[in-house]
Amino acid sequence: MLIRRPPDLVPSDITPQEVYARRREFIKAAGGLALGAGLGLDALPAAAQGKATTMKLFGVKESPLSTGEKKNSRQEITEYNNFYEFGTDKADPAQFAHTLVTRPWTVAVEGAVNKPRVFDIDELMKLAPLEERIYRMRCVEGWSMVIPWVGYPLAELIRRVEPTGNAKYIEYDTLADPRQMPGVRSRVLDWPYVEGLRLDEAMHPLTLLCVGLYGETLPNQCGAPVRVVVPWKYGFKSGKSIVRIRFVEKEPRTAWNKAAPREYGFYSNVNPDVDHPRWSQATERRIGEFSKRKTTLFNGYADQVARLYAGMDLKKSF
Amino acid sequence: MSFAPTPRALGRIKAALFVLALVPLARLVAAAFTGGLGVNPIEFVTRSTGTWTLSLLLITLAVTPLRRVTGWNWLIRLRRMLGLFAFFYACLHFTTYVWLDQFFDPAAIVKDVVKRPFITVGFSAFVLLIPLAATSTHAMVRRLGGKAWQRLHYLVYLIATLGVVHYWWLVKKDVTQPMLFAAALAVLLGYRVVHQLRNLSPRSGAPACGRR
Repeated sequence: MLIRRPPDLVPSDITPQEVYARRREFIKAAGGLALGAGLGLDALPAAAQGKATTMKLFGVKESPLSTGEKKNSRQEITEYNNFYEFGTDKADPAQFAHTLVTRPWTVAVEGAVNKPRVFDIDELMKLAPLEERIYRMRCVEGWSMVIPWVGYPLAELIRRVEPTGNAKYIEYDTLADPRQMPGVRSRVLDWPYVEGLRLDEAMHPLTLLCVGLYGETLPNQCGAPVRVVVPWKYGFKSGKSIVRIRFVEKEPRTAWNKAAPREYGFYSNVNPDVDHPRWSQATERRIGEFSKRKTTLFNGYADQVARLYAGMDLKKSF
Repeated sequence: MSFAPTPRALGRIKAALFVLALVPLARLVAAAFTGGLGVNPIEFVTRSTGTWTLSLLLITLAVTPLRRVTGWNWLIRLRRMLGLFAFFYACLHFTTYVWLDQFFDPAAIVKDVVKRPFITVGFSAFVLLIPLAATSTHAMVRRLGGKAWQRLHYLVYLIATLGVVHYWWLVKKDVTQPMLFAAALAVLLGYRVVHQLRNLSPRSGAPACGRR
């Protein structure tokens, strides 16, 4: 897979991430204090639009696991985000995530594995063939989208590090750097944002290690440079901007579960029959649609994933 | 301290306030035509009308303290209009919910109102506002008699409290915004408590004032 700028673009059309990152490093190195830092950010208004810092991904295959439903627009997907590291308003990430530096970037894979190691992002992007996976995304707040992600099954990575018999769960951490992420200065959640899955959930072919959107690298506000996507669970289970994956024996204590254990369970499978204590989960508003639609069990992926929960009481293990 | 507008000036002030109170609605309508309502327009309209209902309720509650502090007794003549605008935005908020959120599905609405505490509280506040709006005319004040009218309109303290609770309970985690409204309400209600206590204390010669 190659990442390169399409030749028909003029330099002003995009600001490659590398240049952007170097620029900031240069400003820092030059000892630019408040003024320098201010210029560094203000000089790059295009970066704030999300589009500017993404690059086309080549050799992306289609996947039979994609839905044929109408996709949400790139604008809808990139201007309405929950990414509390950049603020709690859904317009905040699009506005503030340009300060996130996604190169260089590493992901440490550790814990109960035979081959723990640190992956460089460029290596990670070449680990397995990239596929486009068009998935439904259902937010716990009651709205949903259809999103064309690009990535490969998380299982590809898991196999390569060889989990030991003690690996029952994985947990993945989002970067928590207050210098790049203004929201981390607020104590709205216990940082870093930790999410996790049971190992069989993590190995499921639908679970994606995601590096792209709409055929390009991920925009910062959508969790660049690498995130997890678990389409049958509420969106908050799909951790963004991942820096660490740990294989553990005990069920991880995840961010929203710590914040409000009565409202957000570890599993958080999409389920119209299990209400959030404060609102119903029976229906959802698909972004772009006027009337609401009925929410389906496991977000419509029951055929593929229901067997993972055979014999479990989904009302108790919510 | 003792600024008092002429009747004509007061009329102008009222007209200006009327137009000002319509600005939030005008901005919503303008945004609707220019794509400014964002990716989830229904949520945006619901939030906006709710925020303005609560803001106008608090502004209405600020009239009496402001009048006492400044000595500008004419401010009281603006209070009814402010209160009715709070009701106006509450109606828009409620309509958004019934129409755009629930699509006039009575079963779904009843279930929601009964089952979701934040909706129960918000709905109660809205219902309680109706008699206050209905008795806002001079004729109704006369018909009820000043005392009974006053007693009925003390409900606004409960309504504003329910409104803040409604907001507090609906947010997912970040309660900064509801907290600001709660703080403002606490100041406005606290002022009244202090004022009342002062009037009751024997050292104060003034008799307890009817309007709070």
